[in-house]
Amino acid sequence: MSLGPEASITEETTPTADAAEVRSPGESAIAGRSLKQIAWRRLKKDKVAIGGACVVLFLILIAILAPVLTKLFGHPIDEWHPDQVDPTFATPVHPWGGITSDFIFGVEPTTGRDIFSRIVYGAQTSLTVAFLSAFLSTILGVLFGTAAGFLGGWVDSMISRVMDFLLAFPQLLFSIALVSVLPQEFLGLGSRWSRVSVLVLVIGFFGWPYIGRIVRGQTLSLREREFVEAARSLGARSPRILFRELLPNLAAPILVYTTLIIPTNILTEAALSFLGVGIPPPNPSWGGMLSDAVTFYSIDPMFMIIPGGMIFITVLAFNLFGDGLRDALDPKAR
Amino acid sequence: MSENLLEATGVQKHFPITKGLFRRQVGSVRAVDGIDLDVRSGETLGLVGESGCGKSTLGRLFTRILEPTAGKIVFEGQDITHKSVTQMRPLRRDVQMIFQDPYSSLNPRHTVGSIIAAPLQIQNIPTPQGLKKAVQELLELVGLNPEHYNRYPHEFSGGQRQRIGIARALALRPKLIIADEPVSALDVSIQAQVVNLLEDLQNEFDLTYVFIAHDLSVVRHISDRVAVMYLGKVVEIADRDDLYKNPRHPYTVALMSAVPVPDPVRRDRAQRERVLLTGDVPSPINPPSGCRFRTRCWKAQDICATEEPPLVTRLEDPQSHLTACHFPVVSDEVVAGRRPQPASA
Repeated sequence: MSLGPEASITEETTPTADAAEVRSPGESAIAGRSLKQIAWRRLKKDKVAIGGACVVLFLILIAILAPVLTKLFGHPIDEWHPDQVDPTFATPVHPWGGITSDFIFGVEPTTGRDIFSRIVYGAQTSLTVAFLSAFLSTILGVLFGTAAGFLGGWVDSMISRVMDFLLAFPQLLFSIALVSVLPQEFLGLGSRWSRVSVLVLVIGFFGWPYIGRIVRGQTLSLREREFVEAARSLGARSPRILFRELLPNLAAPILVYTTLIIPTNILTEAALSFLGVGIPPPNPSWGGMLSDAVTFYSIDPMFMIIPGGMIFITVLAFNLFGDGLRDALDPKAR
Repeated sequence: MSENLLEATGVQKHFPITKGLFRRQVGSVRAVDGIDLDVRSGETLGLVGESGCGKSTLGRLFTRILEPTAGKIVFEGQDITHKSVTQMRPLRRDVQMIFQDPYSSLNPRHTVGSIIAAPLQIQNIPTPQGLKKAVQELLELVGLNPEHYNRYPHEFSGGQRQRIGIARALALRPKLIIADEPVSALDVSIQAQVVNLLEDLQNEFDLTYVFIAHDLSVVRHISDRVAVMYLGKVVEIADRDDLYKNPRHPYTVALMSAVPVPDPVRRDRAQRERVLLTGDVPSPINPPSGCRFRTRCWKAQDICATEEPPLVTRLEDPQSHLTACHFPVVSDEVVAGRRPQPASA
């Protein structure tokens, strides 16, 4: 999460300008403090944001270590445990949704599958979809946003109209339609990862106008700044202006909005899984678990609380971290 | 002092106003509307006028950041009016610009070192002593600590930032520097330092300045000649002392009277009254016919609305100089002490 290798420089090594005047010339040059370092310092002081970042890191770790965690603390995701379920009511035999030392998050009604394992694997799905689609949105958004803002004219008009169109498009309905016509498996990815890639493409594609608009606006305002004019008056070519002058100034908003688009993507993925067009069963996903829990919420509320709580915690953590990042990178735009 | 470094003839810059989906042009802002101006080698030409009169646009036309709509700009005998970006690139070494806002003219993400090194890198200037050393020499030249080359612009004050901008402009050792209000964003005490620095550098490197400003006292201090602009036109050009002692154009007279006299004793002794101009500057989208100043001029007559006054020297007035006015103010005319009677537009 470090924003740069220089970030560890302490206060003492960067004396003020006045102190520097006293020093004899010829000593090693004074390192300035970049905006990156200042932002990192500010972020470190923001306890809430750091808390959010820790939760996010923890969740990523869980997702990566899912196979190990299930082996250590759980049971295979699709292993039925009829002995854990009441044969007449289909509810878990133990109180609180069947929580025991063996099944730490309880068991599913009817089947008796281990909820802990399914949550852990669900985290894998949710985070993969959210991160990859955010990545796709960012790439498309930056590409089209800078093109629109920097080139202007008819390119800008066209890209802006496309963005308006996509923002007004009924994304959820389109996703449902698309998922139902696409084959269950392709490119030899298996049913789980085939669907994950479809979700990434759909969510990522419909997400780029949000970043694209912000990047376009920022590019428009940066383009008129005098330092761009100064670069032009020095004879700089357009690629240099774009990559050396504009992009470094766009990095902060891009980073912030990528972080803030991730929780939205988690929610979209959960919604699609809830509607039955997400990850195909028996592979677990948080949204799918919520959908299963709807039938049981009055008799086994824990089955709904656990995946719901996970979604809530994840989205909250990402949002807190993203907000903290925004405050740290751009204290003026609150 | 004799040869012309830059000659502008009939230079115009009209910005189109577009409307609707298909960007149909519905009009144009005539920011610079036919200017003849020569910049002599080694001089400082002051360019004054109120906001929106086209001073900065003219400066950007001289550096060819903007392309003129009409007219001709000749730099050192070369016609640069319609040169492409690529054709202009080698010429950029000779014409540089200092910008108005020291807070937006330096990229906040770059160190001072890379900001000042940029011109050398873009123009592929060999630095036998090494790029870092070259940058440090430039920093020293403008009175900054050369050890600060690793610092970022936000770590400097406004005056220091403006010095960084000057160092960047000097890096290519240009012949002509267009200074676009280089001190108007600074505190008065810092203004003097920066103006003095510019003067020292001029002597050291034999620079020619076009000094754009709206502060008449700063212009009086630094300029050899002064051109007064109003609504995209030059209304008066003269040597500095001549212009300040014998302003001929009514607009110049009004501008001069607006300069505050800091000493209350002198202010009372002079017993002068400000020539108050009424109304706003007319829109450059649809400028007045004939003389553009006539809507606010107390001397305006019928001819001013029909005939545009040429920029000429009037022979009947011994102290005259280039003035674009049908009824120039004469030296003994009592302007002070009387309120102008604005002519109806």
